Formats: sequence, structure tokens, C-alpha cells
Amino acid sequence: MTVVDSSAMLEVKGLTKRYGKLTAVSGVSFRADHGETIGLLGPNGAGKTTTVSIIAGLLNPDSGEVLIEGKQVKSDTDPVKRKIGLVPQDMALYDKLSARDNLTFFGALYSLTGAKARRSITDALDLVGLSDRAGDKVAAFSGGMKRRLNLAAALLHDPQILLLDEPTVGVDPQSRNAIFENLETLKKRGKTLIYTTHYMEEAERLCDRIVIIDHGKVVANDTLQGLHKLLPVTNVLAIELDHADGLKAEQVLALPEVKSAELLQNTLRVGVHDLSRDAPNILRWLTENGHSYHHVASEQPDLETVFLTLTGRRLRDSQ
Amino acid sequence: MIPFAALVRKDLKLFFNDRRAVIVSLLVPILLASFFGYLFGGQGGNAETSKVSVLVIDQDESGISRGLIAQLGSDKNLDVKASTLEAAREAVRKGKATAAIVVPKDFGRDAGRALFTGSAKPELGVLYDPSHHMELGMVKGILSGAVMQSVSKEMFTGQSGRAMVNESLARVENDREISAEDRKALRDLLGSVKELYERQDEQRGREGASGQALSGGLSMPYQTREEAITSGENVEYNGYAHSFGGMGIQFILFMGLDTGIALLMLRQSGLWQRLRAAPLSRTVLLGSRAVSAALIAGFLLLVLFSFARIVFGVHIRGSFVGFVGVCAAFSLMTAAFGLMVAALGETVEATRGYSIMATLFMVMLGGAWVPTFVFPAWLRKLTVVVPTRWAMDGLDGMTWRGLGFSSAVAPIGVLLAFTLLFGVVAVMRFRWGTEG
Repeated sequence: MTVVDSSAMLEVKGLTKRYGKLTAVSGVSFRADHGETIGLLGPNGAGKTTTVSIIAGLLNPDSGEVLIEGKQVKSDTDPVKRKIGLVPQDMALYDKLSARDNLTFFGALYSLTGAKARRSITDALDLVGLSDRAGDKVAAFSGGMKRRLNLAAALLHDPQILLLDEPTVGVDPQSRNAIFENLETLKKRGKTLIYTTHYMEEAERLCDRIVIIDHGKVVANDTLQGLHKLLPVTNVLAIELDHADGLKAEQVLALPEVKSAELLQNTLRVGVHDLSRDAPNILRWLTENGHSYHHVASEQPDLETVFLTLTGRRLRDSQ
Repeated sequence: MIPFAALVRKDLKLFFNDRRAVIVSLLVPILLASFFGYLFGGQGGNAETSKVSVLVIDQDESGISRGLIAQLGSDKNLDVKASTLEAAREAVRKGKATAAIVVPKDFGRDAGRALFTGSAKPELGVLYDPSHHMELGMVKGILSGAVMQSVSKEMFTGQSGRAMVNESLARVENDREISAEDRKALRDLLGSVKELYERQDEQRGREGASGQALSGGLSMPYQTREEAITSGENVEYNGYAHSFGGMGIQFILFMGLDTGIALLMLRQSGLWQRLRAAPLSRTVLLGSRAVSAALIAGFLLLVLFSFARIVFGVHIRGSFVGFVGVCAAFSLMTAAFGLMVAALGETVEATRGYSIMATLFMVMLGGAWVPTFVFPAWLRKLTVVVPTRWAMDGLDGMTWRGLGFSSAVAPIGVLLAFTLLFGVVAVMRFRWGTEG
């Protein structure tokens, strides 16, 4: 018997998909609440797109299930599919049609016509900042504009869940920022976003929780803070000493609060697990032992470090 | 219905938005159909065909050989020129002449003897271009008639004939192996011929004109009266009706092929993911594509036949409803063929290759390039399993043959059966999933 979590907008349970001998995803599970943004983070080929394709109903899993507000998608025409908006990784637009014609067509796929369709199109174009280019053919658009229109096409039927499969691939920083602002607006409107990426900074900026996938399996599923806690150090104190005469890294490492210590010329880098609790003790010890300092900064490890710690490999180099 | 209509409208919009492609897809079949239509009879159905080029080498230079050459030269189907043996051989080898006829020395004398006495027949050399073997048959036929006419004319009215009769009379008198009864009979026969010659001479002396009897030699004892059976009396065959149907079929099949390839490419794109993510049934997705392809095919046929009517006077002389039915059934068959290509195709490149080959075979065997009557009998029978053959027969029947609706029923039925077959294969073999 399936246990339904009524508060979840999306529940993914034990998804497994194989292509011959290759297992693309294996037992992938996670959930997304209303208005929550989940980042699916992993290297290329990790199984992110397969997971998104199964959620969107493009692929049938070998095992496992996907529930949208507790309901399974049972057929191609199941109305539950209307709750999902898909932004594919590849550009899903007709270059020879205008932006408005594209949106009119995609709206009609969800039976949107007349005034309702016009309103939806106007809203979507406003959101992505392309109202003034509505009549232009998509072929004349820049890569960034196409990406924004690609997003707009998924919004017309006002879906509750947006599946965004690497929506910023190949765009310039300015367009990426614009897309992020669009997504933040959607987040404020209470949409549930499932965002796949292999850019840590994107996941860090946008996501409430991050599901790290590697080789088709979920290796971590937590908030950013929760993921940091999986690391041996959550912060690094960078202390610039007036002079380092007589100080050795081993002395600092012997302190109970210190998880790592490194001395490079006059800069002492100390890894701690609880910044607010541990930093005062370390600074006090330095002062009491005659090592004055003139600048202190704290650094937080990024998701790259998290991924490295969890998988033993760097995210961008992984295959 | 809204998504279905939107999908069809989108396909039509994409097709008509690409004006250059629309123009090319109309212009190319119109140009080719105009060319083939002209070759196969043109508008009046009686366009003059080019003459067969024949060289003649006269090594005999007798009255018979000169008469033979004159006889050949007077035939409207031949373009006869005198030549030497070497030059003629070179011309045939280079394809500048279809055949060369060598009239050997003493041909006239030997042919005359062979006519009366059955002695060894002289040989006429015929050098021919093997790529024109169909014309060779015609040349040999004309040559037989011309030889009979020129030899018999000379033997019954000319000097050679007289000499031959005198020589034969002397041989009959001196040949001891001939029995008395046979000698008498032969003497009477040859004597009568000699008497005929003498009376002709007398008559010629009196009137200064040639006699009537056998003055033209032996000729064919019949004439033909030709009547082209078309849609009605005084309605001439219009070669453009067939060629526009044929080229229309060919290019519409290619359009169907493009539809399939486009669907194959679509399956590998984000657009397909977006379509599949929408709450649309598979019937809507494939059906809309079939309908839009059929509408485009119908449009192309309409424009082609409108052009043929305005410019070349091609009329729907048979059942208009039947014509529309054949066009509609063929358009649907094309659409289903496109879907099947998309369903069976693996990669775009490989699919394009083998489906172009399949299309060309269908077009060729359907008689769209050349009429099926030039095929060998076994091949003609085989073509009944080719849908284009039925489309061709249906269009020919409804246009220049002027047949009624009942003649369109079989082509429509067969084309719809192929539509069903291709459609079922397409639906069963279509891969709906996307790669992860």
C-alpha cells in the first residue's frame, strides 16, 4: 500500500531506470513541498535528466513511482500532467515562428484559447522580459532570449511544479542573471521548482534543498547548511598574524576546537565545525600566547567541496 | 480537439512560412512534368517524334540498291544519309547514328535471283547501336518492306528483270535435268512474263508513260487507320496529364518522406519532450501529423493539376469525385508512409538513405517516370503491390482516360488499405520514450 504524504507537492520514490546493462538511475527518492526549490546536483551523466524525464512522464521507470500531490500520472492524457511545466535542456521552440506564435501553440496544447490564452502569453512574456519582441521570429533571438522564451513556454498553463533541466546551459552571465531573477519571482509566487544543474553556485543561490546524485544514486539530500554539516569543517578562519615567530601549525591543531590547521607565511588557516563557538577560543589562545593579529576572515566551503567530500571526485571533472 | 487543431495548424504554418521551400516543392515537379509531358506526346498527343538516324552504304550501285535507298529515304520515321563503311561504323559507335545499312555488291542481281529461283539470298549488313535496340526492330521492319518493293519493282518492270527472264528461259531450255512437262510449264510462265515486258514496252512507246501493272513493285496489301482511344471522340491524348500525375506522386512521396525524417529529428529534440509532457494522447500526436501531411499533399496536387489545366489544358475528363478521392487517398497514404519511416528509422542519416531508395522504387515501379507497359510482363504483374501504381492508374483514369467513378473505387480502396497498413506499422513500431 502506498503511503501518501499529503503535504508534499512532489514525491519521488525509489526510481530505477535501466538501459540494457546501464543503470541510469537507481533507487532515487526525494520530495518537494509546495513552494520549495529542490536542486538536483550532479555531474553530466549522473542521472538528473533521466529523473526529470520520469517525473515529466516522458519515460516509464523500471521500478518506483512519482506522485504529484499524492496522485500518480496514469496515462498520456492524465490531467495531473497539467500541474507540471517542463523546461527541457534542449531548446524546445520553433525558430521559424514568432515568440507569440510559439506561445500560442504551446498554450493550445493545454487547451488554452481566446482571452485566457492571450492573458497567459502576455504574463509569461512580461515575466521573462520579452514583451517587446513578441512578434519577432525566434530565429532572430540571442541564445539568452531563447532560453527565457523556453522558460516562458512552460508557464502558460500555470503549472504548480516547474521541472527545469539545466535551463542556463550556454547562456551569458547577464542572461543567466535574468533567468535567475525570473525563477526567484516564480519561487515567490509559490511554485515548486525542481532544478537540475552541475553549477554549484546556481544551486547555492536558488535552492532550499539540494539532492546530490552521482552514478544514478542519491548521495546526499539536505539543505545547504545540512550539507555543510556533513563536512569535517564547516568554516575556515583565515587569521593574518603580525608575525608568525615561534608558532607552529601543530600547536594550533592540538586545541580541541580545531579540526585542521595550516600556516602559510603569516596567514594561519584554521578549520572549525562551529564558528560562533570555536572562533573566540582560538583567537583568545593566540593572544594569550603572544601571537597578535591584524585581520580575521571566515570562509565557508562550497558545494564543490561537499561533492568532493561525498564522492571523492570533483564535480566538473566527473564522468 | 483544440490541441489537435493547434498541432495541424502549426505544421501548416511551418510549411507555408518557408516560402522558398514551398516554391521549390512546386516548381521542380512542374518543370519535370512539363518536360516529360512534352516527351511523351505533349498537349496534342501527336507531337512529332524525332526521326531515327540511318546511314546507307551503297556498294552495289544497281537500280535495285538505288530504289531501296530512295524507298528508305521516303519513310517519315527515318533520316537516311549516304555514307562509307568506315564513317558509318564510327558514327554508330559514337552514337551519332542509330543504324547503318550496308548494301553489298551484286545485291540487286542476287536478290532478284533469290526472288524467282530461291537461290542463295544476299546479305544486307546492319550495324546498330545496342542502346537503341527498340528502334532497330522498327528499322528492320521498314527495311523489309523497302527491299520487297524495290526488288519486285525492278524484277517486274526494269532491265534487270528482263535480263533475268531471258537468262532463266535459256537455262530452262538447256537444262537436261528438267523434265519435258516441267520445261513446258516454266517456258509458259517465263514466256508470259516476257510477253508482259514487251507489251509494257509497246505501251510505253505509244503513250510515253510507264505502265500501271506492278510499276510500283510489291507493296503491303493493307493500310492502317489509327484512332487514339481517349475520353471521347475528337479528344486528343494529353501527355501532360500522365506526367503531372507522375511527378506529383513522386514529389509528394518525397514530401511524405521529409515529414517522417522531420518527426525522427523531432524525437531527438526538446520539442518532443515538451509535446510528450503535455496531456496529449499518442493518437493526437501522430494523427495530427498525418492530417497535416495529407493536407499539404492535397495542396501540392491541387496546385500541380491547376497549373496543368491552365497551361497545358489537362482536364479531369472522368469523374471529378473520383479524382478527388484518388488524390485524398494518395495523400493519406503518403502521410502514413511518412509516419512509418519515422517509426522504423534509427538514425536520420540511415533512414534518409534507405527511405529515398524505397521512394524511388515505388515511383519507378508505379509508372510515374515511364508508363508500365514498357516493363516486362512479370514486372507489370508485380507492380500491383506498389501503391503508386494504383495512384497512377487512378489519376490516369480520372484525367485523360475519362473513366467514371467506378474505375476510381479500386485505386482508392487499395491506397486506403496501404494507408491502414503503414499506419498500423507506424503506431506499433513508434518509439515513444526519450533518451535519458
